[in-house]
Amino acid sequence: MPFGNTHNKFKLNYSAEQEYPDLSQHNNHMAKVLTPEMYAQLRDKETPSGFTLDDVIQTGVDNPGHPFIMTVGCVAGDEETYEVFKDLLDPVIEDRHGGYKPTDKHKTDLNAENLQGGDDLDPNYVLSSRVRTGRSIRGFCLPPHCSRGERRGIEQLSIEALDSLEGDLKGKYYALKNMTEEEQQQLIDDHFLFDKPVSPLLLASGMARDWPDARGIWHNDNKTFLVWVNEEDHLRVISMQKGGNMREVFNRFCTGLTKIEDLFKDRGHEFMWNEHLGYVLTCPSNLGTGLRAGVHVKLPHLSKHEKFGEILKRLRLQKRGTGGVDTAAVGGVFDISNADRLGFSEVELVQMVVDGVNLLVNMEKRLESGELRWPPDDVSSEVTESHQQVTGEIIMFHLIKGYFRCPERNQQVIFRSTCRGGRLTGAVDGWSLKPADL
Amino acid sequence: MTKNCHNDYKMKFTTDEEFPDLSLHNNHMAKVLTKEIYEKLRSKSTPSGFTVDDVIQTGVDNPGHPFIMTVGCVAGDEESYEVFKELLDPVISDRHGGYKPTDKHKTDLNFENLKGGDDLDPNYVLSSRVRTGRSIKGFTLPPHNSRGERRAIQNLSIEALSSLEGEFKGKYYPLDGMTDAEQEQLIADHFLFDKPVSPLLTCAGMARDWPDARGIWHNDNKTFLVWVNEEDHLRVISMQKGGNMKEVFKRFCVGLQKIEEIFKKHNHGFMWNEHLGYILTCPSNLGTGLRGGVHVKLPKLSTHAKFEEILTRLRLQKRGTGGVDTASVGGVFDISNADRLGSSEVEQVQLVVDGVKLMVEMEKKLEKGESIDGMIPAQKFVCDPQEEDKSIC
Repeated sequence: MPFGNTHNKFKLNYSAEQEYPDLSQHNNHMAKVLTPEMYAQLRDKETPSGFTLDDVIQTGVDNPGHPFIMTVGCVAGDEETYEVFKDLLDPVIEDRHGGYKPTDKHKTDLNAENLQGGDDLDPNYVLSSRVRTGRSIRGFCLPPHCSRGERRGIEQLSIEALDSLEGDLKGKYYALKNMTEEEQQQLIDDHFLFDKPVSPLLLASGMARDWPDARGIWHNDNKTFLVWVNEEDHLRVISMQKGGNMREVFNRFCTGLTKIEDLFKDRGHEFMWNEHLGYVLTCPSNLGTGLRAGVHVKLPHLSKHEKFGEILKRLRLQKRGTGGVDTAAVGGVFDISNADRLGFSEVELVQMVVDGVNLLVNMEKRLESGELRWPPDDVSSEVTESHQQVTGEIIMFHLIKGYFRCPERNQQVIFRSTCRGGRLTGAVDGWSLKPADL
Repeated sequence: MTKNCHNDYKMKFTTDEEFPDLSLHNNHMAKVLTKEIYEKLRSKSTPSGFTVDDVIQTGVDNPGHPFIMTVGCVAGDEESYEVFKELLDPVISDRHGGYKPTDKHKTDLNFENLKGGDDLDPNYVLSSRVRTGRSIKGFTLPPHNSRGERRAIQNLSIEALSSLEGEFKGKYYPLDGMTDAEQEQLIADHFLFDKPVSPLLTCAGMARDWPDARGIWHNDNKTFLVWVNEEDHLRVISMQKGGNMKEVFKRFCVGLQKIEEIFKKHNHGFMWNEHLGYILTCPSNLGTGLRGGVHVKLPKLSTHAKFEEILTRLRLQKRGTGGVDTASVGGVFDISNADRLGSSEVEQVQLVVDGVKLMVEMEKKLEKGESIDGMIPAQKFVCDPQEEDKSIC
């Protein structure tokens, strides 16, 4: 339960028009989609646990916009939210996830062997690698709506499951409300500790209620595998380490996650998942894989290039400051991660990060050394193969000069790069290369 | 579909599993709420759907406050005080000096009954102010009300206030529609209220949909001000520079009564009953909801060993000049009545007038290097004495 009017019975004494929120100053996905007609249709509905439309949208009403990102502006309170409020959430999902349709199917692939390469990102540039996702436990309401009893139930189950992990994954749980000073300091130094949310995006949806009751952090002895319990989702699972061996990070991620899922199933609880939305999480932006795979990487030259934003977009990557989503970059070091969550599998997304970061680092090196020269000698004026082997210079030339034409949004884009003997080559699947119209 | 709490699944869990962890807490709610009370109340809700978890959420989320003993619970509608009596009666008793469930509260807004108050020394008393809150019958309160309700409250308020005349003639400034120039002016006048940042308020849900249907009305003279849809439906403030509390209180009473008449004509009188007086969102503001106070210079007296004791005996409390969450600056204090329930408006303002007069005299004595031991008052009583009345708000 968030607060107040979201379950106020008197509101139905007022017309839909009188209750419809003022979204005139707003710029988030919910505000772009929610019409007065839609509001009128959905306002008297609720999920079996009692979550209402006003519960879904409260955070978006209270937070008109964000300086760096286009926020979603709505949350789910339970698994059924995505069904009961389809009329609102399907268009939000479509907008947010590149045209994903209500009839589309999402594929899950947590087989780390399917990743190609990824073990050789240059550690002179790639400082650290990390993969995170979220999981929701079926049968419980989600953080905006769950009661103390439910949250404690989730914590109990999680402790039991995590305690039985072994080997490289063996670890310990630290409940937020009774950790010692030393433990707290250590977790801060390791950058593991999460605090009570301060972002109004989260507070307005009710996720911080009863803090710090039933919240905690579990990590393995090696400090490479971490689980947050009852923060923005029931579980957040994180695999991380210094340097550029994303392959190893992803391997541990998949192994650990699959083990945890089995342990929950043994106890009669599965993760929320369906073949349309993949893994079901609190924020519609995290549906599908819920996966954000990224690196902290030094790109001081490239980040100043006028086409930096465009390059990232075409590689289907996003940048953040190293403090996380609400921060700016410091010292030319960026957090670069996949932009997509839904409609691509885990392997595909991590592949995009690996290949994209390889290319970005290569560009950085060449900009550093002044080696890049334009135009390269061997650019043909018309190249329209759909599975074309191209050399590194041409890729860069086309990316930086803007000569690529992107395919339709719902067409898969796979860009594979390999770096052998200092020469970057790449395969572009489904992209056509044409000189830009002058 | 009938249901009696917002998250239906929570009733599948036992009382033990749902009972909040209050072990680190120090507020009135945490002192009163036992598992037995929680068990009794957890399946109830008011007609509009407010539950005990709604009532206590702010107290669960905010274990304590460095300067004040917080209440830790709010009402979502008039009926909250009835449906959740088992919790709220003891909270009210603790907070309001032993006020019993059978006690009656008296309302007296006849300013003529105030004695003196027009001659507080302006060399010490910089400004005088009286505020209260009012809730409009038929609507739920700020922690719970819907956008439709809040807008209707705003519309009614605008109608009522627009019809005021003479010294009360004024203008309404909606928060979401004021110009930059208007905003600057309201800030300069110290009239503008902002979106609440205090977690005490935000955790109770009062800031939802900000700034929709919130606004400020004030008269042309800038001596009478009404806040719409902030922590209560209405907050009514009368204020002016200097020490003429009598004039401030007169304007307060006259203006309030004019406003009440207009609301009554629309069949939306103020929430009031003879036990709790005026019904407001926070149990600490029941009764008169009145805080009458001054900004007064007491640099010497405030460092005297007996300062706190004097305030307690005079039934007054101190705050910094920035309001409840601030400390004092330059020896200037906000001194106001500590009581709200069990004594009338006139009685509470009388305590302020008499008490401040005495303290200013003490200050003057201390300035001359003289002792004030002979001036220290005996304990004043307005309602039943409570031996350890440590609460101040």
